[in-house]
Amino acid sequence: MHQRALAAALYLLATLGRHPADTSPGLCGLGAAQALRANASAAKALVMHPPLPPHSKARRHWLSLALAAGAAPSWSAAHFEGDPLESSAWPGLKREHFGRAKVVFDDRVKVLGPGFAEDPMNVPISVLVQGIAAVQQMVVLVDRNPIRKVLEYTPNAALPNIGFRFKLEQTSPVRAAVRTADGVWHVGGTRVESSGGGCTASGETRRDGSWSQTLGQASAKVFPMSSGPGETGSRLRLKVMHPMDTGLVAGVPAFYVKALSLRDGTGAELARLSIFEPVSENPVFSFDFATPPRGPLSIVGNDNNGNRIRLQLP
Amino acid sequence: MSANAQSSADLASLDYRLTARAVAEGVYVVTGANADFAPANGCNIINTGFIVSDAGVLVINSGPSRRYGQQLRALIARTTQQPVVQLLHLNHHPDYFLGNQAFADVPRLATPLTRAGMARDAKSYEDNLYRLCGEWMKGTEAVLPSADAAPGVLRIGQREFELIELQGHTASDLVLIDRTSGVAFAGGLVFAQRVPTTPHASIAPWLASLSQLQAMPSSRVQRWVPSHGDIDFTGAIAQTQAYLQWLQGWLGDAARRGLEINEVLRLPVPAEQRALAAFATEYVRNVVHLYPRYEQAVLQGR
Repeated sequence: MHQRALAAALYLLATLGRHPADTSPGLCGLGAAQALRANASAAKALVMHPPLPPHSKARRHWLSLALAAGAAPSWSAAHFEGDPLESSAWPGLKREHFGRAKVVFDDRVKVLGPGFAEDPMNVPISVLVQGIAAVQQMVVLVDRNPIRKVLEYTPNAALPNIGFRFKLEQTSPVRAAVRTADGVWHVGGTRVESSGGGCTASGETRRDGSWSQTLGQASAKVFPMSSGPGETGSRLRLKVMHPMDTGLVAGVPAFYVKALSLRDGTGAELARLSIFEPVSENPVFSFDFATPPRGPLSIVGNDNNGNRIRLQLP
Repeated sequence: MSANAQSSADLASLDYRLTARAVAEGVYVVTGANADFAPANGCNIINTGFIVSDAGVLVINSGPSRRYGQQLRALIARTTQQPVVQLLHLNHHPDYFLGNQAFADVPRLATPLTRAGMARDAKSYEDNLYRLCGEWMKGTEAVLPSADAAPGVLRIGQREFELIELQGHTASDLVLIDRTSGVAFAGGLVFAQRVPTTPHASIAPWLASLSQLQAMPSSRVQRWVPSHGDIDFTGAIAQTQAYLQWLQGWLGDAARRGLEINEVLRLPVPAEQRALAAFATEYVRNVVHLYPRYEQAVLQGR
């Protein structure tokens, strides 16, 4: 068994005890691992009532009572190291990705997602950062995915916004953290509910084998897009054909686009993306600019097997 | 809003409280809630039906769970002394066949494409409905159809039916016309006062199918029974057409403007579409299912 697949299976088994209903594959989790299937079926018999969602009214009510009674900072806030999404995975995630750097929760980092992952293989996320100057880097992390890092973005001449879709394994916070020049990470996030199965199933083109005919083909278009009244910015949308295999499906090694660099007419790098396994099959990205960059634009990149991606825009 | 937005299902006794409503001589509709799948309605959001002939009962779709199938079968037995002789599935979606355990002893017909869809998706449908409606689903396991349904004429005793295979809502959408009464079961092609569901939809062929239904003279069809929504609403075909046309234009326009899915989901939707039942959840699904196609067409310059 692939080492990573084994890790994922152990991870899934570990989570089953906590939220049996959350891990059952949904409409799109068609190829989910056998282990998960067997456990989900067994869990069915046990589920009499769905477990209380973490943000249920009952829980909110309990919290507000505690606060109204003048209680000390709630148990939750302390337990989750201030995480507004109250994720028990956050303290570990924070240490793993930010080490000793200063990390603050910041409402100016907005992560837009659907409340529920209708298609766990393609969960759309838009990150919008407004009012934070000189963002040097962005990282997108998903607490409860077997592979937590989705992408790293270096916006250079672009706005610190990014649009993409990713594969979600189960209900989880989705976070964007941006690092400013002083080394501080500013973190925003949203919670996406899911019936599960996004990372342990193959994409459509892997299932039908058609991926090899379109591998690495890219298409893109620039749209006028204003980021505010009176502003005339632009957006580049890019699609790259790639199976984006996570390596968590038995017998299919990880195979994914690793890097994309967006360049202007002089060859200067406008923005750079490091991409990881959870990004969706045939990924689509949106890059925003406050003023349209000088063309002709080009995109170069590669996947983890050394296949090159090249696109020259008119 | 529709008359049957509220469910009569009783959560304590897990009783769907199904009732048979006669819409013509021997033709009964068993209405579900005009809403989204929820524990409050026991995931019963479908209008099933049965037609009584002198040689037995034809059942149209079996509902979302084993419990539903059993209660439907009991309702039929309370309504007529004729035995159930056949079950027909109009498409492959879960609430069209997850009640099949109660009909394991009769022929269960569906088109080959519908049978293939059920075989492919049954497991994930079970998982998903257990997740959504928990206890209501207890003991439910998919029992697949046992034979092919063929378009054309179907006879049971003195009663003659016409089966028409169309597509667009799914790869195979069956329409059943009871020639004796002029009542037609439109299946998933027609939604009445409710947002259409689109997990397997293709809008262009769906609109073509609706044009075919719209063109049928009243000498052939006097009453349309949609699988979802208010069965007394008479403008359902035109309403479904209007919604799909709107959606097509709306998504195409958003894609040409370069919007991301999350931006499309947050656009202010006109009141006419917002007023339809299940809008809050179903519109999100519509966008997630269909927007990538419009996006791809724009990015590839088509």
